[in-house]
Amino acid sequence: MDLTQLGLFDQAVLLFAAFVLFTSFVMLAQARIVPLIHTFAWQGALLAVTTALVAYATRHPHLYLSAGITLILKAALIPWLLHRLTVRLGIQREVEALAYPTLVLIAGGALVIFSYYVALPIVQLSAMVTRNTIAAGIAIVLLGMLLMIVRKKAISQVIGFMSIENGLFFAAVVSTYGMPMVVELGIAFDVLVAAVLFGVFFFQMRASIDSLDVDRLNRLREVDEPAPAPEETAP
Amino acid sequence: MTALWLTLLIPLLGIAVGALIGQRRHAGWVNVALTAATLAAALWLAYTVLDRGPQLSPGKMFYIDAFNVYLVALTAFVGLTTAIFSRTYMLHEVERRRLGKRRMRLYHSMYQGFMFAMFAALTTNNVGILWVAMEGATLATVLLVSLYRTPEAIEAAWKYFILCGVGIAQALFGTVLLYFAAERVIPNPDDALLWNVLYAAASQLEPTVLTLAFVFLLVGYGTKVGLVPLHNWLPDAHSEGPTPMSAILSGLLLNVALYALVRMKMIVDGSLHSHLAGYLMMGFGMLSFLVAGLFLHRQRDIKRMFSYSSIEHMGLMTFAFGLGGALATFGALLHMTVHSLTKSAIFVTVGHAAQIAGTQSIEKIRGLIRTQPAVGWGLLIGAVAIAGFPPFGVFTSEFLVLTATMKSWPWLTPPLLVGLAIAFAGLFRHLHPMVYGEAPAGQQRVTANMLPVLLHLAFVLWLGLAIPAFLADWFSQATKLISGSSPL
Repeated sequence: MDLTQLGLFDQAVLLFAAFVLFTSFVMLAQARIVPLIHTFAWQGALLAVTTALVAYATRHPHLYLSAGITLILKAALIPWLLHRLTVRLGIQREVEALAYPTLVLIAGGALVIFSYYVALPIVQLSAMVTRNTIAAGIAIVLLGMLLMIVRKKAISQVIGFMSIENGLFFAAVVSTYGMPMVVELGIAFDVLVAAVLFGVFFFQMRASIDSLDVDRLNRLREVDEPAPAPEETAP
Repeated sequence: MTALWLTLLIPLLGIAVGALIGQRRHAGWVNVALTAATLAAALWLAYTVLDRGPQLSPGKMFYIDAFNVYLVALTAFVGLTTAIFSRTYMLHEVERRRLGKRRMRLYHSMYQGFMFAMFAALTTNNVGILWVAMEGATLATVLLVSLYRTPEAIEAAWKYFILCGVGIAQALFGTVLLYFAAERVIPNPDDALLWNVLYAAASQLEPTVLTLAFVFLLVGYGTKVGLVPLHNWLPDAHSEGPTPMSAILSGLLLNVALYALVRMKMIVDGSLHSHLAGYLMMGFGMLSFLVAGLFLHRQRDIKRMFSYSSIEHMGLMTFAFGLGGALATFGALLHMTVHSLTKSAIFVTVGHAAQIAGTQSIEKIRGLIRTQPAVGWGLLIGAVAIAGFPPFGVFTSEFLVLTATMKSWPWLTPPLLVGLAIAFAGLFRHLHPMVYGEAPAGQQRVTANMLPVLLHLAFVLWLGLAIPAFLADWFSQATKLISGSSPL
């Protein structure tokens, strides 16, 4: 495919898709909590812009509504909730020690290549302009999972979780121009409730184990042996 | 359709009622009344469907056929009996000062919220809404798992939230792929996620995309079913929450997740013209069945032990649905019913047993039959039933599944039999001292309502001795829907 033969808006869609994917990498490398939340907000905003561009380029007006919901929910409301939580928990200045940052980023790159491989059969079937970005959607999902695996702080894991949701939404927009409205509203509702519940959880966790470090959640094991073994992290 | 609206609206109303008056002493009775009303509505719905066949609601949002209406009735029934148990159990917990007023409000509100999410998942015709409702069921129960606020409970709830959340995100991706395939053949995009439309157009859907979609759906909903190796959250969540929650998680939520998976398999089978989806389900089912049986031996917590038994049985059902064919499907449907009834009965008795001993540790629960014979016998008979002894219904359904396996995959019968034996040994080595044995000093009788246990076990016994004609007819209708041929 020759990029220069595409219309201006189609090119813009591809560009912004790349930006969204880029923010996933920024999140992987960001060790400080507050900038991490800001990067997540940027990802939401870029996602909304991409959605609006797809809506304009392909003339699917209902996508404007999806873009609006995304902007309000992912770029404003959820980051604001998370930010307020960090202030109330007094962890704004916390820096998380990243284990093997280079290796994680290289693994992230490998995941992107893998996503393109997985998306091949889908891409071949599709005639849509946005078909090349389906792989980016899968990659954002996988990078979100990677973020959840490598991080130990509960709040980073929540951001990974929400970024997986961003990736799914992105994939839905670029592969099918959005799910039916009722489903999208339902998903948005679930995400919002999940965000609020996570907030409640942080306080419960703080009250019971006096930390937001998920490594400290290691009491439930198959056999009660005296020596604490590191908890297995499942994908 | 009035029956359907009632089935959905009563629990929805219950969320608000529970939030308002959940802390009062009679809130347990209100909960019982609400679930009883739901059961009445569900039975009415079941009657209309059996009488007039599958129904599509106006607006095509809900679709009721023999398969889901029987699960609706089962869910409502277990919901009611668990509510009866929960009334005395939760009052006892409040007296022991493990719970305050606000948490009782949360508990009663979310009990109804969970029921609502399950009914919505079962009755909806839209596979997107099915996903939303499944996620909703997780969200409703996650704060109940952490209700006691102990470090263990918080850990269990966090694991449940994260693992199920990420797991079920895969199912959403599978749904997106399904929609991607459907949009190309179904003219109206708003209809392209409706199950009945997808099912009718299944043969035109692109097989490569559907294969990919099914893998994601299997991983996603499989996490909720508790299939090995995605089962890590299940024993924790089931053992740390309040026991009524364990009863409905084990007895009902797992069923609903498996229901979602089978619905997806029905579409994928129509497109693929091969048995791939079945093979995948058989593999995961068999693995879960064997691994969970082995894990039973290593448990030290009575609720964890029975959650592993749930994984084992869900594995067997997944295997049977994967096997396909009329006999296996009939066996799987029957097994779903008897497992739900038996397992929730067991969790009710386990709840009482833990209150008697003041702990959930298997080593410290001893001599139940001496301290409180009703609880001891309830636990013993429940465990006998779940281990698959005749004349209980679990024996019948396992026998059917084994027969079906012998017909089509004879070499898979020995692992199944060995798995059953391992699970039986695992259960009874722990059970025997708990039920018999010397009762330690300090064990106290509790006010136990054994009515739910009695009802469930009597029902399971009845299903084992003779399946009533209307139920058999019901199961065979559902079997015909799923496997395409009738067993009777």
